[in-house]
This record gives sequence, C-alpha cells and structure tokens, in this order.
Amino acid sequence: MKKRTLGLIVYFILLMLPIYWMLNMSLRTNADILSVFSLYPRHFTFENYMKIFTDASWYSGYINSIIYVSLNTVISLATALPAAYAFSRYRFIGDGQMFFWLLTNRMAPAAVFLLPFFQLYSTVGLIDTHIAVALAHCLFNVPLAVWILEGFMSGVPKEIDETAYIDGYSFPRFFTTIFIPLIRSGVGVTAFFCFMFSWVELLFARTLTTTSAKPIAAIMTRTVSASGLDWGLLSAAGILTIVPGALVIWFVRNHMAKGFAMGRV
Amino acid sequence: MGLSLQNLHKSVDGEIHLSGIDLTIESGSRTVVLGRTLSGKTSLLRIMAGLDRPTRGAILVDDKDVTGVSVRKRSIAMVYQQFINYPSFTIFDNIASPLKVAGMPRDQIKKRVMEVAKVLHLTGMLHRMPAELSGGQQQRTAIARALVKDAQLLLLDEPLVNLDYKLREELQTELQEIFRQRDAMVVYTTTEPGEALKFGGSIVVLDGGRVIQTGPTTQVYRNPANLKVAEVFSDPPINYLDCRVDANTLTLKSGLSIPMTGHLKGLTPGRYTLGVRSNNLSLGRRNKLDMELTARIKLAEINGSETFIHVDCFGSRLVVQEVGVRSARIGSETSVFVNPARFFVFTGSGDLVLSPDPFHQS
Repeated sequence: MKKRTLGLIVYFILLMLPIYWMLNMSLRTNADILSVFSLYPRHFTFENYMKIFTDASWYSGYINSIIYVSLNTVISLATALPAAYAFSRYRFIGDGQMFFWLLTNRMAPAAVFLLPFFQLYSTVGLIDTHIAVALAHCLFNVPLAVWILEGFMSGVPKEIDETAYIDGYSFPRFFTTIFIPLIRSGVGVTAFFCFMFSWVELLFARTLTTTSAKPIAAIMTRTVSASGLDWGLLSAAGILTIVPGALVIWFVRNHMAKGFAMGRV
Repeated sequence: MGLSLQNLHKSVDGEIHLSGIDLTIESGSRTVVLGRTLSGKTSLLRIMAGLDRPTRGAILVDDKDVTGVSVRKRSIAMVYQQFINYPSFTIFDNIASPLKVAGMPRDQIKKRVMEVAKVLHLTGMLHRMPAELSGGQQQRTAIARALVKDAQLLLLDEPLVNLDYKLREELQTELQEIFRQRDAMVVYTTTEPGEALKFGGSIVVLDGGRVIQTGPTTQVYRNPANLKVAEVFSDPPINYLDCRVDANTLTLKSGLSIPMTGHLKGLTPGRYTLGVRSNNLSLGRRNKLDMELTARIKLAEINGSETFIHVDCFGSRLVVQEVGVRSARIGSETSVFVNPARFFVFTGSGDLVLSPDPFHQS
C-alpha cells in the first residue's frame, strides 16, 4: 500500500512536470526565463495572458478553434447517431464489411487526405472557412463516433424499440424521447472524443485555413521569429489550450473507460 | 373481432421457425400456447403482433388482411419474457406512455394509470425508476403498461418465467382475474402444463414450429391427440410402456399381463404404447385394482414438496411423482403401482386410441 502510494506520487510528478513548467514559464517574462533557472516565477507577471486576451489576432484563434470544433462535434453526432442505430438494429447486405470499412478511414495517416482536401476545397471555395475544417475532421470523427455509439446502442435491448412501437410511438419520437436518453453517457463520451480530436488536430486545420478561420494551434507558431522564440507567450497560449480539454474531460470523467472500450463494457 | 392466421410459414436464414400454421382466435377468448423452448411460441407471437412478417401466409383481423400493417397501427399490447420497461422513465410514465402517445388528456391518464397500478399493486412505487424495483415489480409494470391501453389483442410471452416460484403463483392467480374482466383476445405462451391448465380457455400445442393440437385446454389435457402432445402437456413428460394385445390379454414387455377391463375393453390385437402420467404412478398401493411393476430406482429428485423418483422398469424409464419429500435408495428394487384405468393407449405410430375416462374414480 505504501509502495503503491509512493509510486503513484512519482508517476504524477513526472506526468505533471511539463505542464507545471509551462505554467511556470507563462507567468514569467522572456528575459527572466532566459536568464535564471527557477522552479517558480520570481517576477510574477500576467503580461503574456494579457496579450492573448487583448490582441485580436491571438484570441480570434481560440474563437475560430471553438467554432469549427463545435461544428464538427454537432455534424459528427448528427450523422453518427442514425448510422450507428442502423448498424446496431438492422441486418443489410454488406453491413459487416461497411462497419469495418468505416474504421479503415482512421488507419491512413491524415497527410494522405491533405492534398485531395486542399484541391477540392480550393475548387469549391471552401478554403479558410470554419465549415471546411469541421467537415475535414468528420473524416476521422464520424467513423469513431459510429463505432462508439453502436456499442452503446447494442447494449439497449431491441425489445425496448419494439415495445415503443407497440405503444404507438413514431420512430422520430421514440428515438429522441426514449432511445437517446438511454445512451446519454455514450453520446457524451462520443462528443468528448470528437471535441478532443478536432481540438488538437493541427495539420488539416492549418492547411485549410489562411486568416479568417485560423486555429489557435497555427497562431501559436507565430511565436517563432527571427529574433528567437517568445517563450512566455507560447507557454501562456499552451496553458489556455489545455483548459477547454480539461473541462470537457471533467464532465465525462465517469464514462471515459466505457467510451475507450467503444461502449462494449 | 377475431384473429385468424392462414397457412403461416416463417423461416429465418433457411431455418424453419413456423410452418403451416392455421389458427383462429375468437374475440374475447383466452388462448394459451403451450410448447417447449424453440417450438416457435415466440415466433408465432411476434407474427401475431406484427413485429415480424411471415415468410408466407396471411394474418386476418376481422376478415381484413393485416399481414404487412405496421405494429403502430394495430391495437395490440405485448409483455415479454424479459422485463422490458423504459429505463429512463418513472413507473408512472412507463405505464402512462401508451396513453400519452395516443394523446389522452392528462387528468384522464392519471386516473387510468392509478386504476391499473392498483390492480397490479404498484401504487406505492409510481415515482420510482424501473431499476429500483424488484424483478416481480418490473414485470408487473410491463403488464400494467400492456393493460392500460385496452388493446384488442393482448400477447404475453412467458411473462412469469423469470419470476420466483412464490411470485409466479401469486401473479398467475391475479392475471386470471384480470383477464376475465376484459374482453380482449388474450394469448399467453408457456412451457409449463400446470400453468396452461390454470390459464384455462383454449389451447394451441406447438411442437417444432407446427400446431399439433388445438381445443379447450382441459379437453386436450384429457385427450392428447398423440404421444407428442401428451409429452409436452405432462410435467414430467408422460411415461411410456410398450405392450402387445392378443385376443383378450394385454401383455407388457416385462411379461406382466393386464386384464382388459374398463376403457381398455375392446382393443383390437396389435402393438400399442401405453402412456401414464407420473402423478398416476406411486410407490405404495393406492387402490385394489392397482397393478404392481417391479423396478430399480435410478434417481430421486426432490422438487419443492414433491419427489420425482426415476426408475428403470424392464428397460422403460418411468418417473414416479410422490407427494412429500421422500428418500429413496439408489439402485434398490422397488414396486411401482399403477391403476390400469389411468392408461392412455397410443398406436405404434403415436396416435391416441383410448384415453382414461375422466369421471372414472380410481
């Protein structure tokens, strides 16, 4: 018992160290960071955070990210819910193959799809829009969402559907008032996975945007310049990027394990 | 109002679940479907409900073909073997759900739900969730939801099988009373002959996806058309004894001959199979007409307040049902007594020739 506690403490120190270090740096000035080694900020400053919150080119990055991430989460759920229901309830020709094929979309590296997406979006004039990034991320999020939701849905007995039809429910009414509340936690976990993937994804988000939909991850690269790195600012932006993810994790923390097992626990 | 099934067939992935089902259910009648597991009871009920489509054949309600009509448009209610309720609704909302969908006014819904809840002893738990209730209460909720909407056809698929003994007995009696008060067609499936007899009404005996006998329940119990029906409609399954009839004697395989009196009189010579239900066999003489068979005890199985003694009698396996908890020494010789007046006589191919006179006192 003692050994285990000790082990866990060591583990958490190692785990939290980079994050602590980032927090530490975000509260110091560049001159301070580069001159002395310090475990805590000696000349405490919010200057870096102030810059992010006041400079439109910085905070708009967060707004852009939030917009396309939310869009993506909504689109992914809206498509995956009916798809997962079909996979869990009906047998049709090629259902097994199709279900597996969905997952193969996640097997290829994102870079493979980058060029086609860029070409296609340039042609239809979608470049530098929020919806462009949201749609591109669906390529990865919809299959994952279908897999997770199918697992949760298969845990609900088919007889519940039948009882609802016998009681006279129409399909849309049954689906929204009875079925979705039953897989609430599954929907939450799926939304979390979509949110997290879309939030941390850099490649698509950076390539498909230029200015008006530029995500925060891309803006952070601006801290690198000829005069060196703006360490403090970069750290502050990093800390602010962790916050939304941490919040979402906090909300779904009790359902995470089931979600990782794609609802099959 | 009546339901009729015409030449129904159902096969799934090449496996035959039902074949050649012709049935008519009168309005207001109570029908029990008796059959072993996998005999097609659930398939039949699902087709009656409209949840599944038959592969061939038609379903007629009031002489109107409703074969392809969706479940929502039919006036049915169904209770499953598993406890099926809406887990995210309270008991009240569960029972009220068919009425809400039908658009009944709120105060009327409340009145109806309270009535049904009272009948099924659920009044005290209407605000709880299904998961917080015991199995019996959950099943009662499902039954309440089926009863609340006054459907023309009420289907119950082994509703009591997952309940404990005590509760089952209690609900069996309560349900009889509830069904008696409605004029809906009630179809109830079961694997247990005892439950079928309690249910009364008329019976449909299913085996291997076919209807093997129909008729009033007690009449079918007394005159099973063939060995298969007798087997399904006896618990434990009916016992067989092969025999031969020459001129005026009936000889068992063991060499014992039985005087051909009572209903056995007039049997034409030939080979027959005698069937006798376990409750007509005993280890002690009960009647001066009883004949004695020697047998060896193989197994004694205590079942509630009864003991089933499995014995071997010249190669035939018999099960003797004795009241009370009895101990029997395995492997020992014993005498089994049976009154010949209780014998069913079947032909070699299994069709009923004679059944015991029900009013004959043994």
